[in-house]
Amino acid sequence: MNLRLIKDSIVRNLSAILLFASLAVVLLIVLGLGSKSIPLLQTEKLGNILTESIWSPLKGNFGFLPFIMGTVWVTFISLIIAVPLCILASVYLVEYASDRLRNLVLPLMNVLAAIPPVLYGVWGILFVVPGISQFVAPLFGVHTTGYSVFAGGIVLAVMIFPIMISIMVEVLLTIPQELKAASLSLGATKWETIQKVILKKAKPGIIAATVLGVSRAFGETVAVLMVCGNIPKVPQSIFDAGYPIPALIANNFGEMMSIPLYDSALMFAALLLFVIIFGFNLLSRIILNRLEEKA
Amino acid sequence: MANVKTRLLKENIAKVLMQLSGITITGSLFLIVGTILYKGLPYLSWEMVSQLPQGGFYIGKEGGILNAILGSLYLGTVSTGLATLIGIPIAIYLNVYVKNGSFLARTSKLIFDVLFGIPSIVYGAIAFSVMIWMGIRASLLGGIITITLLTIPIVVRTIDELLKTIPIDLKHVTSSLGATKWEVAKILLRYIKPGIFTAILLAFGRAIGDVAGVLLTTGFSDNLPIYIDEPAATLPLAIFFQLSSPIPEVQGRAYASALVLTFIILFIVICTHYLASKQKKHKI
Repeated sequence: MNLRLIKDSIVRNLSAILLFASLAVVLLIVLGLGSKSIPLLQTEKLGNILTESIWSPLKGNFGFLPFIMGTVWVTFISLIIAVPLCILASVYLVEYASDRLRNLVLPLMNVLAAIPPVLYGVWGILFVVPGISQFVAPLFGVHTTGYSVFAGGIVLAVMIFPIMISIMVEVLLTIPQELKAASLSLGATKWETIQKVILKKAKPGIIAATVLGVSRAFGETVAVLMVCGNIPKVPQSIFDAGYPIPALIANNFGEMMSIPLYDSALMFAALLLFVIIFGFNLLSRIILNRLEEKA
Repeated sequence: MANVKTRLLKENIAKVLMQLSGITITGSLFLIVGTILYKGLPYLSWEMVSQLPQGGFYIGKEGGILNAILGSLYLGTVSTGLATLIGIPIAIYLNVYVKNGSFLARTSKLIFDVLFGIPSIVYGAIAFSVMIWMGIRASLLGGIITITLLTIPIVVRTIDELLKTIPIDLKHVTSSLGATKWEVAKILLRYIKPGIFTAILLAFGRAIGDVAGVLLTTGFSDNLPIYIDEPAATLPLAIFFQLSSPIPEVQGRAYASALVLTFIILFIVICTHYLASKQKKHKI
């Protein structure tokens, strides 16, 4: 009897320690990145760092605007592509598709989610980039290599399909049958029911799914780095090259030690990413948890 | 309201649009795998997967990517193993020892959800600076630590979801027979056994495919990964580096390496799917 109780308390304490140690990782990240970014923040004002567009570490200019705008461009393009497609597709899967079709498509989404970023990057270089330079850009009379924020946006859109579809489908499945039946019995067509009842009811869930997609797109590094061109200038059109924040960190880690404040600037970039993504994730998870409790 | 004809027309247009979006999304998967297959297959050879890089490998001479394949498997296996050893007790603690719905349980789950979404580049950056601070150079060990941190949230959240599906009665019955909480936990773990393997495979897939984390922490090497304090090659990085070469032969090898990685991932996904369906049958 005693031995059993001892075993029980060992497991209890051990697992509690593991839990708190894992949760402490958040603190470690914030403190570590924060303390490393202090030197940069001491020499320049936060407002200047975020709004200046000149990036030349050798001269001590650390303007983050090109990178922030690069990230904003690719994320925005990916959302414009992915959000409507995902809403339409998940409504179809829930409202129209047979069980068989749904059980076929949803596992395929898991496959898409499991494909590593580097393979998306390879696909981007082999398919999206040449496609843009040979077919899409000439349509608009633009000459480009194809390495552009547009290419980054397309690759990102495909990367965030699975997470958005799986959450949207889950949210749509929780909508009560009675609501749909009430609308249909009043003579509304199915599409009208979808527009005026289902989508209205599913709005918070769809927003949460989109926010999760945004935060995924924000942090994606290698796939975007491979197709974006990486020129530290604020992009002016979708066919311009861009340089998102994660790519900045990944590309410059090797050489940063020799230039003063460079490592501090890169750590500040990582902190910026962490704070934004942490906030977005927290927001969407809280929305989703509320929905789950209501359902 | 408009007349019935236009309303039905709208209905049909919407339906076609929905079908088209579904096809686009599903099609993108086949497009990706197809593109890699089409480009990589001509370059794939036995030599590619069974040999180490020889002198002049990176200018198109002979050799293979065995170092990277083994490095990735090594890194993936060890970090997934560690993440499982850490993650399962946490999930158990949150579901068995702590009262369900308590502040601690809810906050912890929320934080693991958020950690799940933190990109690997952030983990890589923080691990990199910790390594510099402690005087460790880029090595397999650094990679293992980074990837373990990256995969713990996956294990915790997947197993937590599984534990939630267990009927609460099972827990109550076992407790009422006088079992300690640890004994209850053992019963629950047996109940979700196939699902645990799913969680492990999910984490393994993420571990083996990650680039941004290992880019900063693991380095690269042409040797077989033997010692834990030495840099090691990983498959995604091998693809990444070979692709940036201007030599067509080397680029071709990058496509072939991408194909190898695709095969590994597809194999993992198929195993996961199989185990998940087994877990469904396993339910009472």
